[in-house]
Amino acid sequence: MSEPTSSKSSKSTSIDINNLCLTFETQTEPVHALSDINLQINSGDFVSLIGPSGCGKTTLLRVIADLEKPTSGTITVEGKSPHEARLDRSYGYVFQTPALLPWRNIESNIHLPLEMSGYSKHEQKKLSQQYLSLVSLIGFEKKYPWQLSGGMQQRVSIARALSFNPDMLLMDEPFGALDEITRDRLNEELLHLWEKTQKTVVFVTHSIPEAVFLSSKIVVMSARPGKIINVIETNFSKDRTFDIRETPEFLEVSQLVREGLKEGHNDGS
Amino acid sequence: MEANRILNIIMSGSVGPVVILVSIIIMVWYAGAVYLNSSFLIDRYEKNNIDWSLSELATDSWSMERPVLPSPHQVAKELKKTIWDKKITSKHSLVFHSGVTLSSAMLGFAMGTFLGILLSVGIVYVPALDRTLMPWIIASQTIPILAIAPMIVVVLGSMGIVGLFPKATISTYLCFFPVVVGMVKGLRSPNIILVDLMHSYSASKAQVFWKLRIPASIPFLFASLKIAIALSIVGAIVAELPAGAQGGLGARLLSGSYYGQTNLIWAALITASVISATLVSVIGRMERSINKRMGLQT
Repeated sequence: MSEPTSSKSSKSTSIDINNLCLTFETQTEPVHALSDINLQINSGDFVSLIGPSGCGKTTLLRVIADLEKPTSGTITVEGKSPHEARLDRSYGYVFQTPALLPWRNIESNIHLPLEMSGYSKHEQKKLSQQYLSLVSLIGFEKKYPWQLSGGMQQRVSIARALSFNPDMLLMDEPFGALDEITRDRLNEELLHLWEKTQKTVVFVTHSIPEAVFLSSKIVVMSARPGKIINVIETNFSKDRTFDIRETPEFLEVSQLVREGLKEGHNDGS
Repeated sequence: MEANRILNIIMSGSVGPVVILVSIIIMVWYAGAVYLNSSFLIDRYEKNNIDWSLSELATDSWSMERPVLPSPHQVAKELKKTIWDKKITSKHSLVFHSGVTLSSAMLGFAMGTFLGILLSVGIVYVPALDRTLMPWIIASQTIPILAIAPMIVVVLGSMGIVGLFPKATISTYLCFFPVVVGMVKGLRSPNIILVDLMHSYSASKAQVFWKLRIPASIPFLFASLKIAIALSIVGAIVAELPAGAQGGLGARLLSGSYYGQTNLIWAALITASVISATLVSVIGRMERSINKRMGLQT
C-alpha cells in the first residue's frame, strides 16, 4: 500500500485517539494499562499494534471495540463513540481463539451475527456462501468446529467477522496459537482479503515479521505503563508475497521495529 | 493359557461381565437368605427336637412364608404373581401401583425441572438472588425428606388439595435441587471470549440467553435430569408412605411391612429400582440424540 495520506480510499479518519489513559484498579495497586495514547488510523489502513506482553496492545484494541472503557482521554470510532460504533456493528472482532460455538456447524456459526443483525434466512445463506468462498472453505458448511483444524477454524472466525460487512476488522493475535507454516499462509490470505475488501484492520501481534509483512502502519508499544513508542509507516507493494521478507526494505523496517521495542524495554526497566 | 483366553472373550463384551456380576449378586443373596433366616429356623428345629443338616437348613430358609430375607426365586415368584397374573386394574397388581407412583413422580419431575430452571435463571441474572437464594436451596435439602413429607401432605390436604398433586410436590422438592445446581453451572459455562463475542455483535440479553447460555447449558441439564428423575421416584414412594395412600409402590411397601410380607416388600423394591433405571436410561437416550443433533462429540 502506498502512503495512507496519498491514497484515494484512505482520506477519512476511521479511529481517532487523543490522550487516552486506562487504569485498572486492583486490590494492591492501580495498574496503568494505557498511558497517554495518541493515534490516528485512516480508513483502509492496516495497522499493527506490536509490543511485549503487558504493553496494553490488546487493551487498546478492546477500548476501540468498547469491550473496555478508558479512564480518561477521547476516542472516536467512525466518527462516533466506541459504544455507538459497537451498537451499529461497525467492527468484526477476531479473538486469539476461533471462539466458534461448538453446537453450531460452520455455516450456522457464520449466521450468528447475521441473525442478530436481522438478515433473512435467504440472505444469511448467500452471505455465508460468499464469505466461506473468500476464505476457501466451500464444502465445509455442514461440518462442526471440532472437525476442522485450528487454522481452518480461525478462517471461519475471520469469515464470520466479515460476513455482516463491518467498516473495520479488529484482530487480537488471531494466528498466535497456530504453527508457523499455517500462520505464514494465513498471513498471505489475510493480506489478499484486506486488499479485496478495503477494510480498516487493527491487528495485535507480537511477531515482528507478521507486523511488517501485513501492515501499512506499525504501532510499537512498550509496557508498564503501556504507551506508544513509535509509529512506522511502510510502503510495500499491494500484491506482495512472503518473498519480500528477504528484501533490504523489509529488513530495514524490521530493524526499526526491533529498535523501537528495545527502546521501550530499556525505558520500562 | 486356554482358560485365560476364554476369560478374555467373556469379559470383553458387555453381556459377559453383567451376567457374571448378576450371578455373584444372586449367589450372595441366597447365602444371605440362609444366614439371616437361620436363627429362627434353628430355634424351631431345637424346640421340636428335629435333627437338621446344612442342606435342610438351606432348603427351608429359601422357602419360608415370612422370611427375614426372601430368596431370589421367591421374589421372582411374587413378581410374576403381581405383575403377570393379576389384572392391571386389580389392587394387587404391581403394574397398577407402579402406574400410580409413576404418574406422581413424572408430574413432580416436570414441576421440579421447571422450578429448577426458573430458579437457576434467577440466580444467574439477578445478583441479589445469587447471594440470597442459594443458602436456602441448600438448607432445603438438609431436611430429611421423611420428616417433611407428611407435613406437606397434611398441610396441602387441609387446604383441600388432595390426590396426585401433594405427592408430586414431594418429588418436586427433591428434583429441583440437582437441576438448580447443574443449570447455574451450565448457564455460567460459556467462557469470557464467547460472552465478549456476543457483546461485540451488540447482542441483547435475550439473544445472549437463547443463542449462547441455553445451548451451552444443555449437557449440564442432562447430567442433572438423570439424578432428578431417579429422585422423583424416591419422592413419590416416600410421599405414599405416610398418607395412608390406597395406591402406589409406597403403599405396597407399607402394607408389606404391616403384615410381615417380605416377599411383597422386595418385589415392590425391585419394581421401583427397575423403573428408576429405565427412566435414567431414557434420559440418557434423549441426551445422546440431542447431542447428536447439536453436533457435539459424545
